[in-house]
Amino acid sequence: MRPVARGTILRLRPSWNNVEVVLELYELTIHGAQRLLRAKKISSLELTRAVLDRIEEVESRVRAYLLTMPEAALKHAEEADRQRAQGDDRPLLGIPLAIKDILCTKGVETTCGSRILKGFIPPYDATAVAKLRAAGMILLGKTNTDEFAMGSSTENSGYFTTHNPWDLSRVPGGSSGGSAAAVAADECLGALGSDTGGSVRQPAAFCGIAGLKPTYGRVSRYGLVAFASSLDQVGPLGKDVTDCALLLGLIAGHDPQDSTSAELPVPDYLAALRPDVRGMRLGVPKEYFVEGMQPEVEQAVRAALDVYRDLGAEIVEVSMPHTEYALPVYYLLAPAEASANLARYDGIRYGYSEPDPQDIWDTYRRTRQNGFGPEVKRRIMLGTYALSAGYYDAYYLKAQKVRTLIKQDFDRAFENCQALIVPTTPTTAFRIGEKTDDPLKMYLSDIFTLSLNLAGVCGISIPCGFAKGLPIGLQVLGNAYDEATILRVAYAYEQATEWHLRKPPL
Amino acid sequence: MGVLFVIPSFRCYNVFITWPEEMNVVRLSREQVLHIAELAKLGLTEEETDRFAEQLSAILDYAEMLNRLDTEAIPPTAQTIYQRNVTRADEVRSSLPPEEILANAPRREGNYFKVKAILE
Repeated sequence: MRPVARGTILRLRPSWNNVEVVLELYELTIHGAQRLLRAKKISSLELTRAVLDRIEEVESRVRAYLLTMPEAALKHAEEADRQRAQGDDRPLLGIPLAIKDILCTKGVETTCGSRILKGFIPPYDATAVAKLRAAGMILLGKTNTDEFAMGSSTENSGYFTTHNPWDLSRVPGGSSGGSAAAVAADECLGALGSDTGGSVRQPAAFCGIAGLKPTYGRVSRYGLVAFASSLDQVGPLGKDVTDCALLLGLIAGHDPQDSTSAELPVPDYLAALRPDVRGMRLGVPKEYFVEGMQPEVEQAVRAALDVYRDLGAEIVEVSMPHTEYALPVYYLLAPAEASANLARYDGIRYGYSEPDPQDIWDTYRRTRQNGFGPEVKRRIMLGTYALSAGYYDAYYLKAQKVRTLIKQDFDRAFENCQALIVPTTPTTAFRIGEKTDDPLKMYLSDIFTLSLNLAGVCGISIPCGFAKGLPIGLQVLGNAYDEATILRVAYAYEQATEWHLRKPPL
Repeated sequence: MGVLFVIPSFRCYNVFITWPEEMNVVRLSREQVLHIAELAKLGLTEEETDRFAEQLSAILDYAEMLNRLDTEAIPPTAQTIYQRNVTRADEVRSSLPPEEILANAPRREGNYFKVKAILE
């Protein structure tokens, strides 16, 4: 085997009229690395070392990782190379990935971006993590997140804020901002995140990469630390649509450990990637083009609709009249579920515990006071209020009823078209500190992503342009368990454009 | 006068409380904030109490827009899947050994989590 030196010219895509691309190994996609590893053109050790060197080079500026494990990764890479030499051909064998620090990793500290879980070492792997490990993944480390995934910028992390690789003075989005920034900065080949109200798609949009939220029930939530149990899903973040399809295919499927995971067969998502949307009906809900959105975002999304028309798709206008109610519904239901889920952090079984409590009640109150950050406290308070006697009907039950109306909007839209095309966010990435004083303003950055979680359906964000050097995200939304269709629609756009090939000026 | 209510049960916060009769007041008082914090067993500083009174009021004000919709005849949606009553065979299965579970305990004694006395 002749190793390929860094910076060597690799012909990766014969379909690009034989364009030859100068590529650093760390710039590889998962499927690109897979092909070179299988062809024995590169070794996992070279690849892993290149990515670790890249982390060394840019991490002090980006700060995507809460924890990296270079020695373990290199050791694992050597082992992967030995296994490959013996004929092992698992899909992720020797491929270095990152995991959002909200997924349990056996033997590796998992903090959820919270001080209250500092030092917590899970005794088991989340099912999604276990599946990637079984496929041969090399775990590079755990990526930064807003505390317990509550936030849109990583500014609510209990540790530090991650910086957007496209402009270090801006947020990467959140809550999976660490994973999105790590993928965009080539500090890993791909990553897992979680999406409760847009936490995979919004940072993917801000960082110019692809990010997918599967249908509720498609991926097991076992070992995904619970935030809002009726909304949470694990989702992949990748450098292109193919990598999202590849990762989704590996993590999807029923899990006896999560009774809400669907007992449905998992389609071959890679086989679904045909760059062909001829004759497809794609819906555009007029409610997603709101006053106050950044003009360049609307222009880019409208231009993407033209690309779809040119590719032979039929664009139809649809109406989803309850879209504007998704924000208040989400910010009642998600905190209500969170207030119950986060009751477990009491300083007794794991995590931070107040050192000198007077009694058991003091243990609870002070552990939670000193362990949780402001946004988590705010949501526990809001959720407890919405669930409390006298207010339950007015807030929690009312929100659940409006959730039904939002779900019906989606049901009606999908009667008429196969997928919906909308912006991912109303603006490009905002400045660090710009929205930290006003929680409601911060929540508004999620207006185009929340309703998908409330309806339990699936969506993917892909890059569709740039405004003043910052990426713009296009969202393709699909019906329940129809990830194959949104992957195909996203892939067709990606293959017709080159936004996904741009790299941040780091 | 107050009315007696039972808080929907989640874990140990199942308590009886009294609540003022004027309901749906969006302006949260300091007393209400402290009451909610006590239900959630969450200690708050003076400054946090004031800040939450203001911020939670603003968020709840915003949520008032839901009242524009007539939902009298609409059933609630708690979740979006259709499985019901998922069960498994009642068989003994292996579980994690006590040592692994207790490894993260802040305080332990033998195979027990150690806590302050809960009874006088």
